[in-house]
Amino acid sequence: MAKSPQTQLPLKAFGWAASDTSGILAPFHFSRRSRDSCRENGQNDVTLQILYCGVCHSDLHTLKNDWGFTTYPVVPGHEIVGVVTKIGNNVKNFKVGDKVGVGVIVESCKECECCQQDLESYCPKPVFTYNSPYYDGTRTQGGYSNFVVVHQRYVLRFPENLPLDAGAPLLCAGITVYSPMKYYGMTEAGKHLGVAGLGGLGHVAIKFAKAFGLKVTVISSSPNKEDEAIKRLGADSFLVSSDPAKMKAAMGTMDYIIDTISAVHSLIPLLGLLKLNGKLVTVGLPNKPLELPIFPLVAGRKLVGGSNFGGIKETQEMLDFCGKHNISADIELIKMDHINTAMERLSKSDVKYRFVIDVANSFSSL
Amino acid sequence: MATQPQIQHPNKALGYAARDPSGLLSPFNFSRRETGEKDVAFKVLYCGICHSDLHMVKNEWGFSTYPLVPGHEVVGVVTEVGSKVEKFKVGDKVGVGCMVDSCRTCQNCAENLENYCPQFTLTYGAKHKDGSITYGGYSDSMVADEHFVVRIPEGLPLDAAAPLLCAGITVYSPLRYFALDKPGLHVGVVGLGGLGHVAVKFAKAFGAKVTVISTSPNKKEEAIQNLGADSFLISRDQDQMQGAMGTLDGIIDTVSAVHPLLPLIGLLKSHGKLVMVGAPEKPLEMPVIPLIMGRKIVAGSSIGGMKETQEMIDFAAEHNVKPDIEVIPIDYVNTAMERLLKADIKYRFVIDIGNTLKSNS
Repeated sequence: MAKSPQTQLPLKAFGWAASDTSGILAPFHFSRRSRDSCRENGQNDVTLQILYCGVCHSDLHTLKNDWGFTTYPVVPGHEIVGVVTKIGNNVKNFKVGDKVGVGVIVESCKECECCQQDLESYCPKPVFTYNSPYYDGTRTQGGYSNFVVVHQRYVLRFPENLPLDAGAPLLCAGITVYSPMKYYGMTEAGKHLGVAGLGGLGHVAIKFAKAFGLKVTVISSSPNKEDEAIKRLGADSFLVSSDPAKMKAAMGTMDYIIDTISAVHSLIPLLGLLKLNGKLVTVGLPNKPLELPIFPLVAGRKLVGGSNFGGIKETQEMLDFCGKHNISADIELIKMDHINTAMERLSKSDVKYRFVIDVANSFSSL
Repeated sequence: MATQPQIQHPNKALGYAARDPSGLLSPFNFSRRETGEKDVAFKVLYCGICHSDLHMVKNEWGFSTYPLVPGHEVVGVVTEVGSKVEKFKVGDKVGVGCMVDSCRTCQNCAENLENYCPQFTLTYGAKHKDGSITYGGYSDSMVADEHFVVRIPEGLPLDAAAPLLCAGITVYSPLRYFALDKPGLHVGVVGLGGLGHVAVKFAKAFGAKVTVISTSPNKKEEAIQNLGADSFLISRDQDQMQGAMGTLDGIIDTVSAVHPLLPLIGLLKSHGKLVMVGAPEKPLEMPVIPLIMGRKIVAGSSIGGMKETQEMIDFAAEHNVKPDIEVIPIDYVNTAMERLLKADIKYRFVIDIGNTLKSNS
């Protein structure tokens, strides 16, 4: 007989999970592996009590099975910040009491070319923090829960000076924009970056871009975001994508664009904004292909690139960069029992700019 | 009163021009400008037929002006040089490709990227700075600023050299720019026509393993025995395509027809690059998730700058990269265009201008 989620593994755990494609979350008792389990890797494990967890749009997509590969029940959450409570015998870089983070993956093969080059996010056999089959056959459950046990290689040191709650979204949103900005060379001071979409990813991209010394234009379909974008987030200008005259006037003015938009949209107008040799990097995850005009790519030697989150080494580098430049996300802190309302608001982009669950203060007993 | 092409300039010229979007070419008398102080004038010996010529004579891109003398793979022998010309002398073997001028002052021109200058002048069907129309290489003579003329090295037969001036640079430039020129890489070439076959030759010369991806199974033997490709994938064969997933470092896609990108993106290894050098008229569908999961890119490239075009020709001479051609007389040109439309050519027609385009013929 199959073991129930509560008894499958040695340690009792508690979180909120969705059981079907309605995506409604509710309290859920399950279990996690023990650091002490008779398994070689147990010696490499870090157990952390979860303090905060960011609500990523991917969580919403997974809850509703938008991508077609959700297995229920699922506990989402991959922007985890917590405090170390136990460490395995091989763990040297962390000690009990340390503030740490866990992002999008909790395991990878460690042997492929990508893993060996610190590009674990491109490993062909990644284990994601939630909704992924783990190597022992169980499924991973994420950070909307009281604690998690993670191999030390996938645990990040959290900078001292960063607020724990506002820092949580860096673990997915942060690295997701930082990594392509570095890889595609979008960090040259004085160059002009367009940020398409002003949500969780977009607003962090602005902050990084300003720290790199870039000129930033936000490209958005919502004119009412302009004031925020410029006065509070520090963008240099704002382009309403539904205004054809303004879009035309801005053609050929940007060196790079980070496209964070998840809805299906045409790349024709965005490619037009790029200068010759310009680069458009897409980090949003639309569920259908996008319309890509080839002529502007050919005539302008432009490129469209993808990027997923980032390897662990780079995630740590990004966190340290944020510590140095005092960058954290703009968040709305909520308790766990508010999560379903938050998800509805998120689906309407009604948040500036990330919900973060105050996990530690949401669960009455741990 | 508009100046007539025959008398606009001092030097008489004979060419073949299309008069209307039927695209049919026929003899056309016009004139070329006086050889200016920086100009190189040459007798045209050969001119390659590029697929762009076919698009232009039929006004498929919407900006053709008639009469249109096509031809931008032009090779000949220098007959006169201007007083300030430094690189060429009478008797030199030279070529002209897709451009005859650019603004010469912008950032791109300064960086030897004249092909990306917003004001570059096409070899045919465009306007010179003096307002006159440019006429291409289906003609008995040409004159161009020495900056836009390349030397054809000894060791390259002139007829086979002609297609390098467009097809050659069009595939050489992205192989270099996107770092697909390192030995040991695995490069895919989609489409086996004028561009595709030269891409295979350059990629092999760079030391790559080459896979041709094509819809035509009957091209396999050619590709492998004749062109030196290492393997051949039939793009409509799902099993073959599936078996080759994640094996290519880069792909040069020469296909101009609308076609799906998803299977090509799937062939790429992670961090792989799909470079488009054909330009389908309609947008294609780009699946985002495979791009993101593999940090792959889709890019485009258009011909190349003059410095790189010379480098490409010198490389071709040194490494024996010669396009496969069918030499034709000028009066065969309309038939050649019909065959080109059906891709019935291995792999470039080259017009023997020197021997067959004569006055009163």
